[in-house]
Amino acid sequence: MSHMMMESEEHREATQAMRDIAGDWSADQEVFRHTHWGKAMMWFFLLSDTFIFSCFLTAYMTMRSSATLPWPNTAEVFALTIGGQPIPLILIAIMTFVLISSSGTMAMAVNFGYRLDRRKTAALMFTTAAFGAAFVGMQAFEWTKLIGEGVRPWGNPWGAPQFGASFFMITGFHGLHVSCGVILLLIVASKVLRGDYDRTGDYSAVEIAGLYWHFVDLVWVFIFAFFYLW
Amino acid sequence: MEQDISTAPVVPDSTQHHPTGLYLKIWGYLFLLSTLSYMVDYFHIQGIMRPTLIVIFMLLKAGLIVSIFMHMAWERLSLIYAILVPPLVLIVLVGIMSIESDYVFWTRAIFQGGEG
Repeated sequence: MSHMMMESEEHREATQAMRDIAGDWSADQEVFRHTHWGKAMMWFFLLSDTFIFSCFLTAYMTMRSSATLPWPNTAEVFALTIGGQPIPLILIAIMTFVLISSSGTMAMAVNFGYRLDRRKTAALMFTTAAFGAAFVGMQAFEWTKLIGEGVRPWGNPWGAPQFGASFFMITGFHGLHVSCGVILLLIVASKVLRGDYDRTGDYSAVEIAGLYWHFVDLVWVFIFAFFYLW
Repeated sequence: MEQDISTAPVVPDSTQHHPTGLYLKIWGYLFLLSTLSYMVDYFHIQGIMRPTLIVIFMLLKAGLIVSIFMHMAWERLSLIYAILVPPLVLIVLVGIMSIESDYVFWTRAIFQGGEG
């Protein structure tokens, strides 16, 4: 009996959700009027960015599976020797943890933003930016190391020449996104610290900057899985 | 529905208030999943298990980031569908390009002696 009631309750919620969609799209007004305009716009930008990165990753898939020479072993290419022992992929693992930590501090910053806690929000955003800068620094180190070992967009010492092209294109474009994100975070964080959002009581800018930052982390999740681990 | 259309408040209807513990918990899960996916490489897991595990951990991480950190779980369904449905067409692109890459591979192998 109670099971049936729960089911009908779920059914009612589902139909209500569908009605909401129909209402949003047919109300003869802006569809996303319930959402902050900046947030909706950021989501659409991120959607377009999703397609850009997907094109890169699909191109990488195409190049890798059409390469006749063996693909370089990423575990060895990205290994670092620490204490005389080569540890596979360690730098990439550290970069992954740094970026995830930055996502965590960003989520906390958004959280404190909505509690109108000016100081904590700004501090957490600056921390996020510092993590981001550390990530870009490690990426610069990685690029320098690989270029020193002879990796070029048209060839490398270990196998399929397509490796370099995919590597520089994908990680370069992601690194560019991280760098832009750091700048965006620094701008918004200094506005938070200055009290710009306390005057209006609207901390949406923090959440919107956060969306961009989480997206950068999201893209890294896919790059980590497909490019480095696969 | 009717009063929804006529009054139509332009203010966003929800601010995102969630307990801090939730974010810390998700943060912990993301660390755990990253460690697990690194372990896949570290312990040289090969064969069908390797891509399977990599993709599972990747999708779980992506899901947590999008739904909790990016607050997608609490957005209106109109926005969720507008953002999450279009990327599905990428499956078609991936399908086409994997057929194409197979063709290119055999063209290189047969007509160019494995060059290029």
